[in-house]
Amino acid sequence: MTDLLTNNRTDATGSVHTDAPRLSVHNLNVGFTRGGEFHEVVRGVSFDLHGGQCIAIVGESGSGKSVTARSIVGLTGRNATVDSSRISLDGEDLTSVGAKRWREIRGRRIGFILQDALVSLDPLRPVGKEIEEALKLHGWGDRASRKRKVIELLDSVGVPLPALRARQRPDELSGGLRQRALIASALALDPEIIVADEPTTALDVTVQAQVLSLLTDTKRRGVSIILISHDLSVVAHLADHILVMKGGVVVESGSAQQVLTAPEHEYTKSLIGAVPGEHTRGRRLGPQLDIVATAHPARFAEEFADYTGPVLEAKNLVKRFRSPDGSLSTAVNDVSFELEQGTTLGIVGESGSGKSTTARIALALTDADEGSVTLLGREWSSIRESSRRSLRKRISVVYQDPLSSFDPRWNTERILLDAVTDEEPRSTAEKKTRVRELIRQVGLTDDILPRFPLQLSGGQRQRVAIARALAPSPSVIVLDEAVSALDVSIQAQILDLLVELQKQIGLSYLFISHDLGVISHISDRVLVMKDGAVVERGTADDVFNRPQHPYTQQLVSSLPTLD
Amino acid sequence: MTLQQKVPVTPPAARSRKKSVVPWGLGTALAALLFFVVALIAPQVLATHDPYALDLANSLQPPSLAHWFGTDESGRDLYSRVIWGTRESLLIGIGATAASLTIALILGSLAALAGKYVAGTVNRVIEVLFAFPTLLLALLLVAVIGPSAFSQVFAVGVGTSPGYARMIRGQILTAKNSGYVEAATALGHSRGRILRSHIIPNAIRPLVAIIALSVGQSIVWASSLAFLGLGVAPPSPEWGALLDAGRLYITQAPWLTVIPGLVIVALAIAATTLGKHIQASLEKGEK
Repeated sequence: MTDLLTNNRTDATGSVHTDAPRLSVHNLNVGFTRGGEFHEVVRGVSFDLHGGQCIAIVGESGSGKSVTARSIVGLTGRNATVDSSRISLDGEDLTSVGAKRWREIRGRRIGFILQDALVSLDPLRPVGKEIEEALKLHGWGDRASRKRKVIELLDSVGVPLPALRARQRPDELSGGLRQRALIASALALDPEIIVADEPTTALDVTVQAQVLSLLTDTKRRGVSIILISHDLSVVAHLADHILVMKGGVVVESGSAQQVLTAPEHEYTKSLIGAVPGEHTRGRRLGPQLDIVATAHPARFAEEFADYTGPVLEAKNLVKRFRSPDGSLSTAVNDVSFELEQGTTLGIVGESGSGKSTTARIALALTDADEGSVTLLGREWSSIRESSRRSLRKRISVVYQDPLSSFDPRWNTERILLDAVTDEEPRSTAEKKTRVRELIRQVGLTDDILPRFPLQLSGGQRQRVAIARALAPSPSVIVLDEAVSALDVSIQAQILDLLVELQKQIGLSYLFISHDLGVISHISDRVLVMKDGAVVERGTADDVFNRPQHPYTQQLVSSLPTLD
Repeated sequence: MTLQQKVPVTPPAARSRKKSVVPWGLGTALAALLFFVVALIAPQVLATHDPYALDLANSLQPPSLAHWFGTDESGRDLYSRVIWGTRESLLIGIGATAASLTIALILGSLAALAGKYVAGTVNRVIEVLFAFPTLLLALLLVAVIGPSAFSQVFAVGVGTSPGYARMIRGQILTAKNSGYVEAATALGHSRGRILRSHIIPNAIRPLVAIIALSVGQSIVWASSLAFLGLGVAPPSPEWGALLDAGRLYITQAPWLTVIPGLVIVALAIAATTLGKHIQASLEKGEK
């Protein structure tokens, strides 16, 4: 784990390479023909990759980074047009090779690791068979020696009990093991180059650290790596050279050191500035926000004017689920917390830690088996749904995937009109005014109203989801991984928006995330959850700078940082 | 080493042309359906003879200019009989579909929305009904009620309902467990309001396509019953009854069975094609 944190940039491109590059890409252009129209998605990308070097291509969705990676292994698809003055692998020109030669090159010379191991691996085949298949295709050894090699490979990528794991199917393995099996299959034939497209994106932070350390070892053995990622902090620990892509063009290229510490291009600066973390707390991640403030409706103030206690309070929550085999598993085990007015309580934990179940109990969408929740000092979890309804306006929710939380038949205006509370009768015109007010409050404009959720970008959708959450004028908003699916610059905008709204109307947030950077940026107080229980709690400063529990210490040390 | 490949920046003109015309399959289906609808409303416009007029001198004539589809054992014009039979056949098909979907809606909604015990019981009932092949279930019902146009509608309706009931149950459950229903719950909307504004509209939408698909199928089932002598009785020109009547002369006059059979197939294909297109355009809207 520690080798991750010490930067290993012995072979930075800044130094002079006397040998010829292993892979040389010069002036790569890629375009797609879709619906009769030609779109160019990559323009003029050039780089040289040397032995034992790692080049990272960084950019947000749609920047062309994955397409670049795919054209290096000849996998751009049928309707793509790849045009390059040169792609050469040890002197062999790859621009003109046929499908047969590609199959020989892929796997043996260039290994490819895809983002999502669950999709990339055949769900019906044991992972060992999958790796063996790669060996067999390239005529490697005989049956028995292939079997031995598979076990060896799995062992080398740090899969415990490799002989057992080789017999298991992908769905029987955890995310980290699956990703390592995929890396093993990419390494099977000792390729000189590995292309890794977002290899850690779907993984928890501790598993991510393991995979990164595995890739670091691989690099040390002399394998060259092309790493594709949207996450600058992941790249920081592996890359010697960084290409920053935007809109299909490389906007900045330089040694990792230089790009991360002294970026020249505005876009690179904004990308680096947008990464949330401990050091960014209390300041904006992006440029000044252009949102219109609206006063908090008086109705809320009247009803709860005298209330100064915690807006949301959970006491000893326990939730058990019955597994398919009949045994009981405890998803949430004795969790208590208090959310004070106008503050943010962050709950951080890895997948399966019980943080989302805790959020659902806080929203009274799931009943706890034990314990109780009070909202604004009133009974909340223990009362009937019909009595809860009037109080529901005081707590709202924003999910990770806003698209599934919108009725596909409704456009933005209808979605928001539906959410505008009608505690007191309001005319349609009044409601429409309120919808326009909300849209401006989240930094959008009226022209978005007639559009359907599918027609909005990810950032716009999440803003609409926040507008909907604001509609009933709540005092608490539960944000369940609300920024996890967004690109870093969009994430920065949404986080800035949330902070600004909190300042203006005194909202309280229960912020659930697996992302320690986001949690440390936005939270005043933090709960760390593991296996359903709270292992550490305290101010964000204490938890991230002076973690007490070994698990928190492990989490914090696994967190890749830019410096 | 340097190799400059050609980039086709301008695509072939043919591919950029927008498809604005109705695809030929759908066009043919719509034309056929239009023909059947006219036959249903005003058979006298399309018919060339009296469907019941006996002409024993010209019995069992093969298709000719005078008798497009030939004549039957009593010399009646088969083409006119098919036209006049459209009304009964189509109404039986539509009626059976209506009956089937009504039963399916009730059972499916109960299975998805009722309390634990009611839903459980209804689910078992649907499963038991589903275990019977459609025709067997329909035969059983006709055997109990006795053959008539009504029993054909009822039997086919009940026989085809379990499949639709299961589908409706699935649709409702999908909507009920969706993110937008949870979001509406979190907003504090009442159960009735969520049911009205989210669950029912989203569950019902795919049914539009099912109706068209089901009409075609129901006619096939109803004709099967009539062919077995368990529906409308001859001399009615209902298509299944025509098949049944022609059965006796299949060696001398094969057109008596083949032509009504082809008509049934044509209607079923036309209705199915329309249904598939509605389904596809609905799915396209949802993406």
